[in-house]
Amino acid sequence: MQGLIIDDVTKRYGPVTAVENVSLGFDSGKMVCFLGPSGCGKTTLLRMIAGLDLPTNGRISFDGADMTSVPPHKRDIGMVFQSFALFPHLSVGENIAYGMRIRGASKAECAERTKELLELIHLPGVEDRRISQLSGGQRQRVAIARALALDPKIFLLDEPMSALDANLRESMQIELRLLQQRLGITTIVVTHDQTEAMTMADEIVVMGHANVHQVGEPQDIYKNPVNRFVADFIGTSNLLPAKMVAPDQIELHGETLKIATNTGDFAAGTEVLLLNRPEEVMVRNRGQKKPSNSIPGTVSFVRDIGATIEILVDCQGQEVISMLTPKDSPNVEAGMEVYVEMPVEACSVLAV
Amino acid sequence: MSDQPSSASFGRLLTLVPPSIAIGLFFVIPFSLIVLSSVAHQLQSGDFVFGFDTAHYERFFTSIFIGRAVYSAILSFSIAVISLLIAFPFTYVLTGFSKRTRTIWLVYILAQLSLSEVLIAFSWQILFSRTAGITNLAVWLGVLDKPFSLAPSALAVLVGLVYLALPFAVLLLFPALSRLDRSLIEASQTLGASPVRTFFTVVLPVSRPALISGGVTVFVLTLGAIIVPQVLGRPGHWTLSVLITDQAIYNSNMPFASALAVILLLMSGAVIGVVGWLNRGSGK
Repeated sequence: MQGLIIDDVTKRYGPVTAVENVSLGFDSGKMVCFLGPSGCGKTTLLRMIAGLDLPTNGRISFDGADMTSVPPHKRDIGMVFQSFALFPHLSVGENIAYGMRIRGASKAECAERTKELLELIHLPGVEDRRISQLSGGQRQRVAIARALALDPKIFLLDEPMSALDANLRESMQIELRLLQQRLGITTIVVTHDQTEAMTMADEIVVMGHANVHQVGEPQDIYKNPVNRFVADFIGTSNLLPAKMVAPDQIELHGETLKIATNTGDFAAGTEVLLLNRPEEVMVRNRGQKKPSNSIPGTVSFVRDIGATIEILVDCQGQEVISMLTPKDSPNVEAGMEVYVEMPVEACSVLAV
Repeated sequence: MSDQPSSASFGRLLTLVPPSIAIGLFFVIPFSLIVLSSVAHQLQSGDFVFGFDTAHYERFFTSIFIGRAVYSAILSFSIAVISLLIAFPFTYVLTGFSKRTRTIWLVYILAQLSLSEVLIAFSWQILFSRTAGITNLAVWLGVLDKPFSLAPSALAVLVGLVYLALPFAVLLLFPALSRLDRSLIEASQTLGASPVRTFFTVVLPVSRPALISGGVTVFVLTLGAIIVPQVLGRPGHWTLSVLITDQAIYNSNMPFASALAVILLLMSGAVIGVVGWLNRGSGK
């Protein structure tokens, strides 16, 4: 059995359950993001893969070998910590070569590999610097180089971007993804930032309250969230209480709207949530003929930031967001009566 | 408003007055007197007159006292090393426990500081005695044939002083070890280092400043101990501090006692200076 298998893993700290009955499987070479709000158990799950925490129940195996109770130093993993955890008493070069020295590599081998790794992370020639002389971004690169020095089977990163400023974070996300693709190493990143997960991951595991809510490719999760939690957490959503009137029709504010997907197979009469994404929703002037699949509302705020125009519409006390671009030239302003058009293919329903 | 900074700094200066007076009265003046009397003339009567006489320093460098000074330094150094060897792993393990457990242990350790040196010395004298000592326990367990006395001996002095120094060592190491970033230890383990290896390659080097300051404190502390060596050792095991007391009180030779005191102070100062120099720049 290839790849990483997490089989029915549970972790309890006294009365607190950090991870509950989680089962996951990933192919080798994939980049996976554990995404969720703080306290959802994503870091605990990562630490169990690293061997830094032991599961209360369940098994973790890699390439068919059981790793559940193997101590971290025998696991063949590389890990980047949130604080980077670089050794302050060692130079950059000594930090990177630390694992190799433990394996008994010669000074020359270490020097060669360190040079190679520093080139890989675009930071050549800093071997002799002290850790205290490095910037946050440089520290992160060194932490990555150190974790990769031993060619680990699994590369783990715990909130690797949280210590960086916003601009650096975005460029590092792309760089880390390119590095991972180049090395083809099985990588797991823990993050609470959905943009980060969408940028880097082959597969996203959305976690909340010690449970896994959804596993899938980023676009799949974005387009077809399985429940309200995922829809709220990944991107911005319009979630409106509605009622099924037919397998492909709902009633919302007295209007009957068609929906494209009803994955939950909700029967007529069921209370549901209508889900669509702001960028799919159009705002039309009242002067025009009422478009199909639309509801009336009043514009409450227009946030025009140049690249995008975000229109907040009050529909019977509920806020609907429409995200448009200048090309759509919506020509609306606050206080205007409008129709909010929700195209059929953009609409789906979730359980309340 | 404009006079506020100067009045504030005046107020701050004012708070420095009481400690300055205290240090002046109770340290600078007595110490100056010690330095003066160390070069005074000793009279046959046991009294002395101030002057400039280096005889007492010459006596130190030509007598057995220089050997005693070296012995004192080696003893204090050994005690510093042994207490750190015991205190470091203990404190390291202690910082890993829950806050409650840590507090209980710290209170237990601190409680020992409330015992006076005299009490500790005589307690150990009993424990090392033939009639009521720990050898009786060994006999009862069948390890020894008959009980014997362990004191006075150099080992007894060493044990007594290590016992005295241990709580200080733990308390000096505790803040540094509890602030130690646990992710450094975890990082080392994910890089293939066993817990033992991690201890030696990460925990120890990162804690170097605390180990050094703890070691120096214990060294200086035991260098000044006068009761434990007297109670648990023969005159041959006495440290320089005991000999100073002996010269000053029993031999009525204040100038020589003063000279020895100055030398003891120079020894402590030299150790602090050398260690401070070795430890330069490792504070970051």
